[in-house]
Amino acid sequence: MTTQAGMAPSGGALGVAERTRRLLRDRPLVPLTALLVLLVILIQLAQPGVVTQSWIGSTIRAAVPLAILGAAQTLTMLTGGIDLSVGTVASMAAFIMATQTGTLGPGPAIALALIAALVAGIANGIGVGVFKVHPLIMTLGIGLVILGLMNVYQLIVVQAGTNIPPIVDWLGSGTTLPWLPNNLFLFIPIAALIILGLRFSGFGRLLFAVGDNAIASRLAGVRVWQVLLTLYIISALLAAVAGMLVAGLVKTASLALVESLVLPSVAAAVIGGTSIMGGRGGYSGTIVGALILGVLTSLLIAVQMPEAVRQILFGAIIVIVAAVYTRIVDVG
Amino acid sequence: MSAAVDARTTAGPDMTSRLRHWAQRNSWTLALLGLFVVILLLTYLIQPTYGAAQLQGLAVGVMPLAMATVAQAIVVISGGIDLSIGSMMAVTSVTAAVLMKDQSEAAAIPVVLGVLVLGLILGIVNGTLVVITRVPDIVVTLAMSFVWAGAALVVLPSPGGGSAEWLSGMVKGPLGFDFLPRALVVLLVIVGVIWIPLRRSNAGLALYAIGSNQLAAFRSGVSVGRTKVFAYMMGGLFSAFGGLALTATTGIGTPVPGGYTLLGVAAIVLGGVSLAGGRGGLAGPIVAVFVLALVRTDLTLLGVNSNLSTVIQGTILIGVVMLGSLLTMRQERT
Repeated sequence: MTTQAGMAPSGGALGVAERTRRLLRDRPLVPLTALLVLLVILIQLAQPGVVTQSWIGSTIRAAVPLAILGAAQTLTMLTGGIDLSVGTVASMAAFIMATQTGTLGPGPAIALALIAALVAGIANGIGVGVFKVHPLIMTLGIGLVILGLMNVYQLIVVQAGTNIPPIVDWLGSGTTLPWLPNNLFLFIPIAALIILGLRFSGFGRLLFAVGDNAIASRLAGVRVWQVLLTLYIISALLAAVAGMLVAGLVKTASLALVESLVLPSVAAAVIGGTSIMGGRGGYSGTIVGALILGVLTSLLIAVQMPEAVRQILFGAIIVIVAAVYTRIVDVG
Repeated sequence: MSAAVDARTTAGPDMTSRLRHWAQRNSWTLALLGLFVVILLLTYLIQPTYGAAQLQGLAVGVMPLAMATVAQAIVVISGGIDLSIGSMMAVTSVTAAVLMKDQSEAAAIPVVLGVLVLGLILGIVNGTLVVITRVPDIVVTLAMSFVWAGAALVVLPSPGGGSAEWLSGMVKGPLGFDFLPRALVVLLVIVGVIWIPLRRSNAGLALYAIGSNQLAAFRSGVSVGRTKVFAYMMGGLFSAFGGLALTATTGIGTPVPGGYTLLGVAAIVLGGVSLAGGRGGLAGPIVAVFVLALVRTDLTLLGVNSNLSTVIQGTILIGVVMLGSLLTMRQERT
């Protein structure tokens, strides 16, 4: 810190480097979008002709569930928490929906899935908000509990089979205007609600306040436990929506359906500039982060990297992006 | 924070007060140990034939998780968290399994030593990245968990390899008399030989110091960065022990990380290590691992669906942590 403060230009005029740095700091979307474009250019160079409208469509379609899970992660991270139960909750919602559609019909099945997610969210929220259990432990424990319960449930409904309701199928895997993915019809309102809500609603500002300084906000009259309870309920419901979209996309449901997206969802939020320590960040960055991860995956597949190398590069890139970010934000 | 230090240096002169101090400081661990004994008695009630062989099986079964827990505990005590422990165990386990396959018994000795050095190196990489990038530990180690898991797949794409006879023999069966599982002795010796001198050294003190108050530690002349790297290095070393335990107990290497990272976090919390850093030891977490494993055994013996026993384990974890935080809250209020 001190060395960098020493490096800052003296006098009134700011150097070009410093000005760029401030632009990057205040508008994280600029460098992130540049990175995204760079990746798209790279993939076009690696495999000329691959970037088509349908490629863009399918990349977005695959990135939307990740972006919704990233929303759950962004919101919890803003308060200094983390929600590791999103994968289990999402898989649970998808599985309940798929197994109940045959008996109850699509509408009630989806409602039941959302209610189950609501219960999970309440449990997380009570643990974190009221009992002040560390979010990592609480969501991990709830994840274990849900996984066990779902395994029992699976044995009960083993003969029901899985059916994806037509509406979920349409939303999850369908496209309009040949290539525009239908899940955007669901995603755009959700994203708008979160972005605007974070900026303009009282609840949104409370999330930042609690993440910045929970004690100060309590002293200022904020009922922190209510904020956290609401937050973890929202997080669980978002996870449920993402889970059902994944089920619509792959046209099946299992108990491990969404588990592989948990760590990428944290990565998307981190790449998007949300601090895991709370109080800083936003959802628009997470969306670009999810897209970057999606494009990165297809780039690594395009250059025929084996799965193992892909994982290594994936991890390395997250560290590098986060490091660059921290450097930029720490200055000044 | 400084209480742990004070209690150590100013322990009472006579034996009884010293014992009382010791019991007070280790009350959580002693309570857990009591819980373990109670559950063990319950186990005998449920299954009167539960005996030496089963205890040995228990000790062998928990060994990898116990090592992962020790690794996590050291990092958390220093104020960090390492989400890549499971992946580091996978890398070290497959490396050991690949190098030991079809080799002579003697050739396995340098392999084991080499794998331990590999663990140290992995840990140093984690720690150095945390220190120089200044990115939160949780993010760096999360990302590194991808890297190490990928590396494990590069070393060995599908489960295979082998283990030297003596390595597998080290954890199997009893030592001396039937009720002393060899795996338990090996575990305690490894942890004790490394941890007890470490905890009494300056480096050990520095670990607790940066965990409880980084700024205060810095101002009292502790090299925060170096100590952090050291903590992650020890985490890497014990992950390597965990990886070797995996190879020794299963006889092969598996490139896919098990749930050891997060189970380890659960066990250290149950074992009285504060996730905020600076508090707790290694005895509590190790006992906690045994408690969790024995609860699972009991549930199986009772004929409870194994899935429901996952539910019960999760509930116990949450319940214990909630109880702990309730007690802390009450203390703060009075």
